[in-house]
Formats: sequence, structure tokens, C-alpha cells
Amino acid sequence: MPLSARPPGSGEPYVLSASLDNARHLSSLLRAVHFQDHATCFATANGLKVTVEDAKCIQANAFIQAEIFQEFAVQEESVTFRINLSVLLDCLTIFGTSALPGTPTALRMCYRGYSYPLMLFLEEGGVVTVCKINTQEPDELLDFDFCSTNVVNKVILQSEGLREAFAELDMTSEVLQITMSPDKPYFRLSTFGNAGSAHLDYPRDSDLMEAFHCNQTQTNRYKISLLKPSTKALALSCKVSIRTDAQGFLSLQYMIRNEDGQICFVEYYCCPDEDITEAEL
Amino acid sequence: MRFRAKIVDLACLNHFSRVINTIAKLAKTCALRLTVSKLYFILSDKVANGGVSMWCELCQGNFFDEFQMEGVAAEHNEIYLELVPENLSRALKTAQNAKAVKIKLTNKHCPCLRVAVELPSLSSSSRMVTHDIPVGVIPRRLWNDFREPSVPDFDVSIYLPVLKTMKSVLERMKNLSNSIVIEANSSGEMNLKIETDLVSVTTHFKDLGNPPWASEDGCQSSAQSRDLESMAEARIDIKKLLQLLAGQQVNPTKALCNIVSKRIVHFILLHEDVSLQYFIPALA
Repeated sequence: MPLSARPPGSGEPYVLSASLDNARHLSSLLRAVHFQDHATCFATANGLKVTVEDAKCIQANAFIQAEIFQEFAVQEESVTFRINLSVLLDCLTIFGTSALPGTPTALRMCYRGYSYPLMLFLEEGGVVTVCKINTQEPDELLDFDFCSTNVVNKVILQSEGLREAFAELDMTSEVLQITMSPDKPYFRLSTFGNAGSAHLDYPRDSDLMEAFHCNQTQTNRYKISLLKPSTKALALSCKVSIRTDAQGFLSLQYMIRNEDGQICFVEYYCCPDEDITEAEL
Repeated sequence: MRFRAKIVDLACLNHFSRVINTIAKLAKTCALRLTVSKLYFILSDKVANGGVSMWCELCQGNFFDEFQMEGVAAEHNEIYLELVPENLSRALKTAQNAKAVKIKLTNKHCPCLRVAVELPSLSSSSRMVTHDIPVGVIPRRLWNDFREPSVPDFDVSIYLPVLKTMKSVLERMKNLSNSIVIEANSSGEMNLKIETDLVSVTTHFKDLGNPPWASEDGCQSSAQSRDLESMAEARIDIKKLLQLLAGQQVNPTKALCNIVSKRIVHFILLHEDVSLQYFIPALA
């Protein structure tokens, strides 16, 4: 039900309006967090954050800062709405997903506010597509309260080293176990599947290890089905930072360089499956 | 009834294979009509097809090096066969580098089209691969079901946009809705629209051009007297339209559609040696 019409601030009918010369800068990032149909969009003057959650255990955020857009204007302090992400992606990629460098799709996005649909105008080669996607009441989102002061262990790895590992994770294992330690094995990924257990170790002096700050030996397990979608973000990224806090909550932050060389971030937060914080090697 | 034909030229063979591949994507079974000069692949608008009908016409001289056809009777020098085009398509897949392909109508145990592919081999004798494709002979009393459809009294005739763009857009729209509204006017504008509870998407094409249809005793005058800007529209099944476009292996030389508002959309795709007409009825 629409609220009584809010008077538009300073004569501007849209609380959010944005332009992007290449819609792929947005669609590729959104695909990296697309593991559920619904997402919450949160826009401020700083840019756009799109959040997807599942099972109250995992949360993924895609950040597209205002500088990525050719134009980004938010009339209120913040604008929030829930939207069907599958539909949004189908609209953003209406002209296809093949990366043709010469013909990017231009995008204009407009949102009038609460109860209004999100309007998209996409143009490629003189053909214009107009989309109106219904929005919903935003959900309450999880707050992992993950701040840098709580971080116990942190490593930064080059993504190419992890891509194969994640693509080949033994999905018959219920969990992915991550061990981080100042001592051997330093950084270990383990699965326990039907065929047996598999361990993948990354030594601290490996070329792939860009930063290594482990203070305490921690072993945590996470539901593998929840983490598997993060592979999409990993595939796009050049670097990933992996952090755990004292409760074993996991933060994965992916640094993604888009076609124009601009940097964006996608992060995944995940709750541990069990509480195993004693040294377990 | 006799039919035997032979293709020796590799380019003609590949071209013929492509045509069969396209037909196979459009119809599970269809009629093959053979005359002295032409081949026709026909799908008549039965309810089983969802009301879709197809008429594809080829000049045999553009494909076959040898072509001999003797119809069911002297006054009816034609043969109508029912076949599964996918079977023919698969048989022709083995002929990609063939020296020659012979097609013959046989009746050993049941009527078949025998496709004999002569493949090059290192030894002096060629390798032969033979496919027997079962066909049904369509009796003369049913030939009326397969008459050439007439061009409908359309409201708008317009050239289609670049098929690749149209295909991409339809692929996405197919995820969002089962039906699509195709509307166009005589000023070269076409819109593809979907609308559901969740989302509405409209793609606007401009400057497409409208084909000049010669008016024969004013029968197309309804199209000419129509206001240039006003749109004719029809709601059709997206999957059927996508099937038509996805089956096009080569870009047609001409692609256009005729819209009879709220009734039917008639697509015409012309390649050098092949013409394909496809009718998609409007949804209720």
C-alpha cells in the first residue's frame, strides 16, 4: 500500500537516480552475490550496497561505490528496498551477457521511493529497453558485528591460488574446515566427504600469500553449501582477504577489478557450524 | 512412387544440412512434400502444435545434382511424406565431409528414406554409411491439410530487428514471462513487451523499415490506409518465437513479420535458396 505521497525534495522526483555507461560494472558484481532470489538494496551518497542472506547464517554484500557510476544521486540520507535479484539481473543483462568490448549497455536507474518500482533504462546500439521492477519492504538484515578490532586471524591470498581449490571442493562434505595458525599448517582448507578427507595447505611464505597475520590457532567449520556460492565472487576477484574473529565468524572480502580497472568489493560473512576453537591439527 | 536424389557439391550439402537442422528445431514431425522442382517442409496448424504452422520451400535445383521424382499418379505428380526431421538432421551430420550423399525412397519392410553417405577413405574404395529413416506416406485424400497458407490480411508488416539482439532480449524475457506482446507500426517501430506481477519490460526498436507489399486489387489497402503510427499487436508464446529465432543457423537475407492484431503473427525468413514462413497464433 503506498504511503501518502511524500513531497519530492528540491523538486527532484527520484530519491535515487544513477547512470552507468557499462551496465556490466553492476551486473557482474551482483552475480557474485546471487545465491537467493531476493536482495536488499541500500543506497547512500557513498554508493550502492546489495545484500543477500540465507539461513540466517550467511550474508553477502556487493559494494558499488558512487565513483563507479557516471552519475549517482541520493536525495535522502539512505534509500532501502527489497527486490527480486534474479529479475534485476535478467533486466540488467537484457541485451545478453557476452562481453563485447565495443558495445557496452548503458544503464539509467531511477527510484521514486517507498512503494514505487525500480525503473531501469538500458540502451545498446540504439535499442532501448525499459524495465519496471516491483520493490518490497526491506527485510531486517543480520549484523555480524565484524569489526577489525575483533579479528583474531587474517590472511590475504591471491585469488588465482584459491580458484581451483574452491571450484573442486568436495561437495559430499557437509563442512568446509578452515584452520589458521601462526604455526604449521598456517592456512589449511579441509573437507570430509564420502571418499575421505582432503586437506589443502597454503604455507605462509607461499607466493600466493600476500599477507599473513595469524595470532592464534583456530579451526572452524562452515556449512559448505552456504560457502559454495562465494566461488562466484572468487572467480571475479584478484585478491581475497580471509578473517576470523574470536567466535569463529568468517569474513571473506574479495577485491574485484572491473573492465575499466576500477576496484569494487564483495564480502561474505558466515557463522561457524560448530564451536571448535581449541588447537586441533 | 519413386524418389532418388544426389548431392555431390560440399557447399550444397552443408547448406542443405543447415536447412534440415533449422526445420528439426521447429518441428518434431512434419510433412515433406516433393514435386518435380521443389521440396517443402510443412507443419500444419494442429492443436498439438499449439496452433503454430510452418511452410518451408526449397528449389531442388539449388541443392541437388540429381533429382528424380515420380509422384503417386500422373495427374498428381507429387509425394507427401511424414517424417521426423531430427532423424534426417542426424543422418546428415555424418556427411560433413562426404564425397556424395544419395537419398532414395525405399519400401523394404516399411517406407524409408535411405540416406547413403559416401565418405572419403584412405583405401581405393569409399566408406559408405547408410541411414534408413522411417517415413509415413501421406495419402492423397489428406493432401488438403498441407496447402500453402495465404498471406493473411495483416495490419502491419515490418522488417525484424537484428536477430541476434532480438534473440538476446527474448532469452531474458523468457525467464520472466511465458507470453510476450509484439507490437509494431508502419513507421518502422516495434516493441516487445512483457508484463507480470513482478516486472514489466519493454524493448523498443526503431527505424526497422516496412516492406513494400504490392497491393493487388486493394486487398492490402487496410495496411496502407492505416495511420502510420498506430500499433498492431498480438500476444504470443515466447518460447515459440524463440524456437523460430534460435533455429536460424545463418542470418537470413530478409526477415520480416506481418501482424494481424490479436490474431496471428506471420514470420517470413528468406535466405538465398530457402524461404521459411512461420505462423504463431495470438494467445487468448
